[in-house]
Amino acid sequence: MATTDTGAHTAYGEGPAYGDSPAYGRLSIAQGMVRQADYWWTAYKRTWRGGVISSFVAPLFYVLAMGVLLGGFIDVDPARLEGATSYLAFIVPGLVATHAMTLAIGETTYPVMGGIKWHKTYYAQLATPLTARDIVNAHLMFVLARVASACAVFLLVLAPFGVFATWWGPVAAFFVVVLVGMAFATVVFGISTRLRDEAAFGLVFRLGVVPMSLFSGAFFPVANLGDVLSKVAQAVPLWHGVNLTRMLCLDTLDGPVALLNVTVLVAITVAGWLWAIQGLERRLSD
Amino acid sequence: MTDATAHDPGTAHALATGSMITARDLRKSFGTFEAVKGIDVDVRRGEVFGFLGPNGAGKSSTMRMIAAVSPVTSGELRILGMDPATDGPSIRARLGVCPQEDTLDNELNVVDNLFIYGRYFGIDRATCRERAAELLEFANLTDKAKAKVEDLSGGMKRRLTIARSLINRPELLLLDEPTTGLDPQARHVLWDQLFRLKQAGVTLVVTTHYMDEAEQLCDRLVVMDKGLIAAEGSPRELIAAHSTREVAELRFGVGEHEAIADKVADLGERVEVLPDRLLVYTDDGEHVLAQVHERGLTPVATLVRRSSLEDVFLRLTGRSLVD
Amino acid sequence: MSHTPLSPTGALSVITFRNYTTYKRHWKLFVTGFLEPVFYLLSIGIGVGALIDSFTFNGQQIPYAAFVAPGMLAASAFNGALMDSTFNVFFKLKYEKLYDQMLATPLTTADIARGEIVWGQLRGGVYSAAFLLVMLAMGLVHSWWAVLALPATLLIGFAFSAVCMGLTTYMTSFQDFDKITLAQLPMFLFSATFFPVDAFGDGVLRWVVEATPLYRGVVLCRELTTGAVTSASLVSVGYLVVMGLFGLWLVRRRLDRLLLT
Repeated sequence: MATTDTGAHTAYGEGPAYGDSPAYGRLSIAQGMVRQADYWWTAYKRTWRGGVISSFVAPLFYVLAMGVLLGGFIDVDPARLEGATSYLAFIVPGLVATHAMTLAIGETTYPVMGGIKWHKTYYAQLATPLTARDIVNAHLMFVLARVASACAVFLLVLAPFGVFATWWGPVAAFFVVVLVGMAFATVVFGISTRLRDEAAFGLVFRLGVVPMSLFSGAFFPVANLGDVLSKVAQAVPLWHGVNLTRMLCLDTLDGPVALLNVTVLVAITVAGWLWAIQGLERRLSD
Repeated sequence: MTDATAHDPGTAHALATGSMITARDLRKSFGTFEAVKGIDVDVRRGEVFGFLGPNGAGKSSTMRMIAAVSPVTSGELRILGMDPATDGPSIRARLGVCPQEDTLDNELNVVDNLFIYGRYFGIDRATCRERAAELLEFANLTDKAKAKVEDLSGGMKRRLTIARSLINRPELLLLDEPTTGLDPQARHVLWDQLFRLKQAGVTLVVTTHYMDEAEQLCDRLVVMDKGLIAAEGSPRELIAAHSTREVAELRFGVGEHEAIADKVADLGERVEVLPDRLLVYTDDGEHVLAQVHERGLTPVATLVRRSSLEDVFLRLTGRSLVD
Repeated sequence: MSHTPLSPTGALSVITFRNYTTYKRHWKLFVTGFLEPVFYLLSIGIGVGALIDSFTFNGQQIPYAAFVAPGMLAASAFNGALMDSTFNVFFKLKYEKLYDQMLATPLTTADIARGEIVWGQLRGGVYSAAFLLVMLAMGLVHSWWAVLALPATLLIGFAFSAVCMGLTTYMTSFQDFDKITLAQLPMFLFSATFFPVDAFGDGVLRWVVEATPLYRGVVLCRELTTGAVTSASLVSVGYLVVMGLFGLWLVRRRLDRLLLT
């Protein structure tokens, strides 16, 4: 409805004209996201308080408990900590990458099912010129903003404590953990569009998120798992994120390994993105 | 049913007086807000009793007090001869309650909703199963027995809620807005089921803001407005006392009703101006229409009908029931 | 034909039956629920433990895993009770309106409170027993006192379920659950679960930690599985009993106020 209408006389009498909605045809990716920016901004303003503790405070509790206090009992050669001079320096990169994953998954499980099943916001959005692709993109951009802000704060808070070897290391690591977030956000978005019963999320967390967090090299070097299990751990997507983040933070970058890590994460993100769009298209047309 | 309960002084009292519910100067406040401002009610065994009024009239608050889940603020209330403040569980054991919003157990399937609810009353398993099967039949839900509650339509959920409220073979059934949100066909199915219950001797207490529902179902009703009882009687008595025999409805163009009301004011006993039409109260509607045309007025649409409880309510409160 | 109101035990068994019926289809969740503490034990106890060369507890050298395991036992009873009595109860109270349905029958708010708490304890008890068996298999149980660790976890679960269910009744939206994280996570991490209370030094901080309920539960379990039981262990028991009874009183009062209005 045109708000600038100066009282044109139409078939409906005086008042704003009907039938002059702008832009016919398929929207560009950018248009699709811009048109939902206000929705997500409004949603964020309404709900951000509920996520402050889990986004910003919770990971720092882990740093304090495990890195500082438990770390006080750990005094080993840097060679046994993948080159870290302290357990705190070892665990911080692992915790930030894990946090990116946890946040991303939290934002793409119940919220996605809510959009489909409980609040049905996706259906309302689909009744406009927006397509499933646009809905997925905008939701993912929101997740990206959440992950990026939480991880930026995390890295900034820890910067003064001497856990980073260089200044540029954590800057590069920031982009890596955002990529980790997107890799999990896209895949889990795809899973959520294909689930009917929210009880399955319990399994996603218990059999996916928890073991990945605990055994992907965040808390201890995967070498401690033994030859066979360490190979298994290195096949887990989160390990690629943890490993790359740690190499950047500790300035122990190994070129070919880093390239492999990036490739894996980018590949998962792209495949997950396509899978999520396909999943939402099918689900909403049921 | 009476054999086992006759020893109970409460029941003896209710049987003696024939009164299922007695309220005297019943009040309910929530903080400073007074939802029910002192009402007297007597519901007799075997009748269908209605509370008619718009949203916010205090009907649901009254119903919750009668259901023995909401403490009385002041005044006297006896349900089946018992005091809800002290005999809550005993009263609830003999009540059926169908709340305004379906409070079905979404984690259970359809038949388990009946079965487990029955178990809450301490009814043994075999009886619960038997009654659950009967009630599914009663509610036309037998083929949905194993379905999830969330997959049911609105009408089916409503029927299931009502079926559930019958699992303990209640003497007194409370129905809060039983047909709100149902399509016309589903409403008629439900009314039919309520008549069958009445025939089986169940006392029904119904709240509604639909005047046709009140007219169809109720033997006796009270019109509630702003926490008070505005009138009481059978639907026919109320109409006779507070309205004319017929109503002529006249619709003119947008925004013309106020002005035209003056021109037809003398044609009936009373004229009401609604946003979309004029109501002229009279004993002969056709005659009014003829005079309207004689005066050169040309309504877009006209209708002559009998007075209803809606007109009673309009007369008593100056407002419509459904807004 | 008339139904006498249910006895408290009758009510308890009916509510338990209702919960069992709804939970049956979630058997996968039930089975996997016990894995979380085991994962923590393997990751922190064994994986990180490999980095800890020597560890003394009560003046004797013990494997770090044997120190962490009873902490996980207590913490998992705590976590399970917390989840059940916050998220699940909130959902039933505010969204499912389950308690409103129940109160339309002869059931009372006391029946509901007892029913929910007992249900949580049944599940928690199975998990604790399974975890104790895992500890036994891994050689992390050092005393016959460990048999009493099972009732100890039930006591922990009872104390937290009752209080948390009471607190849940004050919540208005799911956004309030972030505050639960604010209480849960520090308790989980700082109640001497992963490192001895000495890590806090000898000052006020240590006394504060020792006064928190999960710490009492953790040391109680640790005293039982390592065999370091003393009369001081009874302090922890008394603490948790009082906490649970207070919680029960709070829940009843609050449910009466919320649902019987």
